[in-house]
Amino acid sequence: MSKGLEGNDNRGARELGAEEKVGWDEVTQGVVLHSFVGESKNAAFLKPEERVYNDFNSYTATVASWRIIKPIYNRDICIDCQNCWVWCPDTSIISRDKQMLGIDYDHCKGCGVCVEVCPTNPKSLLMFNEAADNDAELENWPVKEKKAK
Amino acid sequence: MAITSIKNLKEFSTNNDRFEGAHLLCPGCAHSMIVRELMNCTDDNLVIASNTGCLEVSTAVYPYTSWDTSWIHIGFENAATAASCAEAMYKARKKKGTLPDADAPVKFVAFGGDGSTYDIGFQWLSGAMERGHDFTYICLDNENYANTGGQRSSATPVGAHTSTAQAGSHSYGKKQKKKDMVAIMAAHGAPYVAQLAPNKWKSMAKGFQKALETEGPCFINTVSACTTEWKFDPKDTIHITDLATDSLMFPVYEIIDGHELNILYRPKNIIKVEDYLGSQGRYRHLFKPQNKHIIERIQKDIDEKWALLQRREEARI
Repeated sequence: MSKGLEGNDNRGARELGAEEKVGWDEVTQGVVLHSFVGESKNAAFLKPEERVYNDFNSYTATVASWRIIKPIYNRDICIDCQNCWVWCPDTSIISRDKQMLGIDYDHCKGCGVCVEVCPTNPKSLLMFNEAADNDAELENWPVKEKKAK
Repeated sequence: MAITSIKNLKEFSTNNDRFEGAHLLCPGCAHSMIVRELMNCTDDNLVIASNTGCLEVSTAVYPYTSWDTSWIHIGFENAATAASCAEAMYKARKKKGTLPDADAPVKFVAFGGDGSTYDIGFQWLSGAMERGHDFTYICLDNENYANTGGQRSSATPVGAHTSTAQAGSHSYGKKQKKKDMVAIMAAHGAPYVAQLAPNKWKSMAKGFQKALETEGPCFINTVSACTTEWKFDPKDTIHITDLATDSLMFPVYEIIDGHELNILYRPKNIIKVEDYLGSQGRYRHLFKPQNKHIIERIQKDIDEKWALLQRREEARI
């Protein structure tokens, strides 16, 4: 396993399951995995970019290959309600200082919960094909729907 | 005690997540929503014990861990045992003065699925509750053994199709009623027992904070919609949970000291249980003409349960 990756640089650096597989009887029993490099501190007071992630932390792995559709985020419409942050199952909504900053495409699995809970009109998050180009889709964003009377 | 603000979602969102992405839970799984919410609603150090189940196999796939706190994996029945023993050891070492950082506040939490809580780990959970350790047990109730292919558990409700209680020409799925775990735990005399749902994030965060603050064993049953075994689209997790709480299939309430019952969410419009059942593939067979009476039975059970909860809330018994 590669060492020396520090801080935020190693986010999603490796594909899950890319390691050499060993048999079930060759695995070491009773392992302790350290989430961080060095002495463990309470991570609640450290922002993800301030933490020094160990290679054992799944933060350094990626599940991007699970995705067949992806959410695209439109900053112009967002009202920072943080609904997507609280209900994202994959910790993939990047939110700092009460502001939504974007989507972590290394950990997003494309479930679409964030789009369903988005309250704006039109939605500031929409699902697109994984191959879609973010900038092109942002230019063709749907406009506000009028309420049917 | 460092309890973080949950006044509104914007303030809540300033917390730093301690549950990392790239775990292997299914897309749209409610387990991780519940776990994230628990870990965000406090700044204290957490010691978490998980027994075998979806959560454990998906968040600790060797050589990875998704937990930024102390986390123990233990056998299928022993989440409550591990958490209570860690708590007993912590107390003993604190008394002896051998803890490196004795002033840091620590909370002990156990996570179990419904299989390990309702069936396999029931005896051990009951024991830990009786011994009165200061810990919180959270049951992630997805109503079947989802990790091993969707077998029935005693949390599976009447009429649900599971791989060991299959619906077909002679069967309508599971025939037995769901065990009322919240009442059982309240009968243990636990100081705080609740049933919460992830779609009501505020009542859920409040419930978690109350359970962590309360000294003594607390039990929380949380509804965790399972996209794979309940058979619905991953994006609808929150919608399905909404239907569950609005149809009163999962009433949201707490019981303090075993008798003081508070209903935490009263739906403005109580919807018919058909809407909830019809949203999931596991209940599809109930809409055949020969199974209509099962839906009526489920509705009757729900109405009786809701009436009982309301009467208990009023009478404080």
